[in-house]
Amino acid sequence: MLDHAQVLHVARLARLELSDDEVGRMAAELSHVLDHIEKIRELDLDGVPPTSHVIDVVNVLRADVPAPSLAREVILAAAPERLNDGFGVPSPGAA
Amino acid sequence: MSELIDLTAAQAADRIGAGEISPAELFETYRQRAAANELNAFTWVADAAPDGDGYAHNTPLGRVPIAVKDLFCTEGVPSQAGSRILEGYRPPYTATVVKQLAEAGAPLLGKTNQDEFAMGSSNENSGFGPVLNPWDRTRVPGGSSGGSAAAVAAGLAPWAIGTDTGGSIRQPAALCGIVGLKPTYGACSRYGMIAFASSLDQAGPLTRDVTDAALILRHMIGRDPRDCTSLEYPGEIELPKADDLNGIRLGVPEDLTGAEGGVEPGVRDSFDATLKLAEGLGASIEACRLPHAPHALSAYYLIAPAEASANLARFDAVRYGLRVGGDEDLATMYSRTRQVGFGSEVKRRIMLGTYALSSGYYEAYYGTAQKVRTKIAEDFHAAFEQFDFIVTPTSPWTAFELGAKTADPLAMYLNDFLTVPMSLAGTPAISIPSGLSDGLPVGFQLAGPAFSESRLLDAAYALERAIGFDGSEARA
Repeated sequence: MLDHAQVLHVARLARLELSDDEVGRMAAELSHVLDHIEKIRELDLDGVPPTSHVIDVVNVLRADVPAPSLAREVILAAAPERLNDGFGVPSPGAA
Repeated sequence: MSELIDLTAAQAADRIGAGEISPAELFETYRQRAAANELNAFTWVADAAPDGDGYAHNTPLGRVPIAVKDLFCTEGVPSQAGSRILEGYRPPYTATVVKQLAEAGAPLLGKTNQDEFAMGSSNENSGFGPVLNPWDRTRVPGGSSGGSAAAVAAGLAPWAIGTDTGGSIRQPAALCGIVGLKPTYGACSRYGMIAFASSLDQAGPLTRDVTDAALILRHMIGRDPRDCTSLEYPGEIELPKADDLNGIRLGVPEDLTGAEGGVEPGVRDSFDATLKLAEGLGASIEACRLPHAPHALSAYYLIAPAEASANLARFDAVRYGLRVGGDEDLATMYSRTRQVGFGSEVKRRIMLGTYALSSGYYEAYYGTAQKVRTKIAEDFHAAFEQFDFIVTPTSPWTAFELGAKTADPLAMYLNDFLTVPMSLAGTPAISIPSGLSDGLPVGFQLAGPAFSESRLLDAAYALERAIGFDGSEARA
């Protein structure tokens, strides 16, 4: 079960602002889903290795050869705010 | 005109090759149908056929145009992954598989609607409105590649590509009465696909028939230096030609098809009838065990959201996309942009994934899910020692009514019960239409071991011919 404080903590970790209404709904919905998911914790998984990639691939390497990237102008064209030759962002603030 | 849209893509390519129809005429026919967009299947449609000079006259894909799921980056063309946070975003580069298909002679017809960031099983999570099912416009087309599936079923596109993370090609293909194939993980490059869950996402075809699926898959596979999880595909994708299933051993996993799967009676009838047809073609059918597969859904709904929460961290209002709260401090800008830009299902999964990865819960949730994934992959390995293919219905249900499951996220997730196990095991699987239940299409799923695509297509082809499904009603 997730309470409101936990929801707000996770939302802060995820950089996600939630309205009061969303916090309430999220607590109920996530708790409901987690109740179902909890069942896998009953399985005996002692000594089972975790899988992150199902087809065995080890050490994918390539030669370190410089190649041109996309032009700066092309990349900056999509930016919400451009500042000289970079991305403009607001101040991180006092916090 | 109507004659043109009744051709499969392979047939259209043959006619173009024989000089009987012009590629420009074919493109324009589909372009107009796509642009009318009554099903909301498209988020962007080309203005005109591409300049002929850019495409060699004798190309393997015959200059038959293709619809591409919105989340594939296409240079200069809106690529929004169904999300308002990327509204109007036009990437400066093109996804590898889209580029490969264009080079093989399949020009871009349009971008198709989808659940936001591929999270959903009904297309109702799109930031650009739901897609309607061409068989019944009060019903969903499935998801997340619902726009691609509806477009092909309705004859708005000759063929399409989508992506499948937990069923997002196979399930909409089933609900729209077309063919959908999820390849072996790593068979196709993920470069330029806006990522949902990187260890599961795979591109694949959605087509009118099995031959069309084989034809495009041929040109999608291959190792890409820009995706280090992509693999050198052993051999080629063969065009299917089998007319029987002699010696083929099919396993029916009762762990999935039993009571827990919640398969509707009409879907079960169609599945059983298809098994009879398979037997008639020479296949043997036996029950098989996948003891951990019923836990796949739980593992999936930890692994996929966990990966998504990391992948979606890139939407920070700095380099592209929406910005809200730019007059506040940086952290407020991040969190407010994401509040406004993401839809509720995406927020739910980001929260679930962040929680599963957070300090104190990581081992209990994400770590456990990855171990379950190992057990599921082992189950499949063991089953494929005894069986050539594992078969199930693709979806427990036929297309449901718009709004029927939006109030209960868990009920929506259960739709993926039969497709998620193959995703976690990384094995290829195909859905073909097996018939109608109350006038709505039913999908039959075949799954094989890694890199068995050619054999899988062959078996699906033999079954397709025996089933004789007629999808023309959806194009009317």
